[in-house]
Amino acid sequence: MLVKKSSDIPSSEITDKKLYLGRREFLQAAAVTAAGAATGTLVLGGSSAEAAPSWPRVKIPNIQKAPPAFTTTEKPNTYNDITTYNNFYEFGTEKGDPSQNAGSLKPSPWTVKIDGLVDKPADYHLEDLIKPYALEDRVYRHRCVEAWSLVIPWVGFPLASLIKTVQPKTTAKFVEFTTLYNLQQMPGQRSDVLRWPYVEGLRLDEAMHPLTLLAVGVYGEYLPNQNGAPMRLVIPWKYGFKGCKSIVKIRFTDKQPLNTWQLSAPSEYGFYANVNPSVDHPRWSQARERRIGEFFKRPTLMFNGYGDQVASLYTGLDLKKNF
Amino acid sequence: MSPDRMVRWAKPVVFAGALLPLAFMIWAGLHGNLTADPLKEVTHETGDWTIRFIVITLAITPVRRLTGWNWLIRFRRMMGLFAFFYGSCHFLIYVIADRFAGLDFPDGIVAWSTGRALLASIWDDIYKRPYITVGFLGFVSMIPLALTSTAGWIRRIGGRNWQRLHRLIYVTAVAGVVHYWWLVKADIRDPAIYAVLVTLLLGYRATFFVKRARLQRQPAQARARA
Repeated sequence: MLVKKSSDIPSSEITDKKLYLGRREFLQAAAVTAAGAATGTLVLGGSSAEAAPSWPRVKIPNIQKAPPAFTTTEKPNTYNDITTYNNFYEFGTEKGDPSQNAGSLKPSPWTVKIDGLVDKPADYHLEDLIKPYALEDRVYRHRCVEAWSLVIPWVGFPLASLIKTVQPKTTAKFVEFTTLYNLQQMPGQRSDVLRWPYVEGLRLDEAMHPLTLLAVGVYGEYLPNQNGAPMRLVIPWKYGFKGCKSIVKIRFTDKQPLNTWQLSAPSEYGFYANVNPSVDHPRWSQARERRIGEFFKRPTLMFNGYGDQVASLYTGLDLKKNF
Repeated sequence: MSPDRMVRWAKPVVFAGALLPLAFMIWAGLHGNLTADPLKEVTHETGDWTIRFIVITLAITPVRRLTGWNWLIRFRRMMGLFAFFYGSCHFLIYVIADRFAGLDFPDGIVAWSTGRALLASIWDDIYKRPYITVGFLGFVSMIPLALTSTAGWIRRIGGRNWQRLHRLIYVTAVAGVVHYWWLVKADIRDPAIYAVLVTLLLGYRATFFVKRARLQRQPAQARARA
């Protein structure tokens, strides 16, 4: 009997589940808009904190529990806080801009280029890149260089797993991450507040650390665009700007990458950007932070409280000079 | 309607309008619409409105001279006092949300040590952080202007001296722009707008003063010929 072999359809050709499920949200949003326009309430109502988000919310299946050492028991911030208070200059420089403007980003289909000093360079469809790894729920503290903080329940997998798969050469010492550069999808890139595309970097041993995460979700759902969809970097012991968002390229190199904020203001933002209460930003103190939702500021912890796990990466390094 | 009656009608309307930003902040606060970090948001909003009212106050004289709308001068004090009002809110919110909220309270919140620690914390910040230093300078230089804003004070210190004293607002305006410029991370577009406005408004005055000084220096005869 002749059995026809099914053609090999890359997963990206199949209608993305996110978009498929997003239809309902789209229709709901359209209905709300129409009703609002009809009654005039939309203008008065503005964007109230309780309003349903304008982006699709899709659950991620089969999420594993993280080992206790890799997740905090602190109470996470609300979904609303995490998805409406964002620094993502590609969509505007105000905290509320990304959640308002990031609808123009198309996180699917998405390709990630693995490049540089690596045995298996390739262009991956995102879903194929993620498929081999178990996704975990990991609640991390997130400390912004601007002295505010959040507790965020990420969903992701250790960057180390990916690095082991693609096999960097022995000469590779650093990993460089690049955000999408696309003026249509990221309208904030039309102004030159920063040099685009956004670039971040880690030492290879930092990148291999089990806490370093490639996140694809938050609160058990796929990342909203404003949080760095479809895949972003999370390094919980470093200031938030190290967490490169909407990654299109991961490059292995023997030279320390020049990250975007260091390029923008080298006296204020370094390569390491480890959370450190005793090294002030030149213009403000890093000794304390405001946890979003709280009034009194908390003392900031060395390495954002992850010192037991990461301090050994930096023995012998002058953290005042290498800020 | 005579300009005089018009101004009398317009004053309460302008006053109410100048309170709208405050009303909006309170309304947004009650509805949870001040972002996830409302304290930072109201700090920034009150700061924005301070510099906006400073610019409006500084614009009154040039606009009056250029258009001949002399009645504008009767709104200048109100605009200046609103700059001081929003500046005071801005400073007070900074003291509470930035300084007080960052203290340790070894003897509890209501204690002498809390007051001392708060003053020390404010002073340290003013001393250590240049953008706070100039911001504080801008605020402090508004205080004598607000205090001497009444007709009684103009009489007491004399019109000439009063006018000289009130040129302190130039210091406030420049300090305000520098304060804003030094605190942004990368996006200098907003402070740049205020820098341009303040430069134009002060530049207008500078050329006006220079021209007038030249005229006064010329002998009467030359003036008559010209």
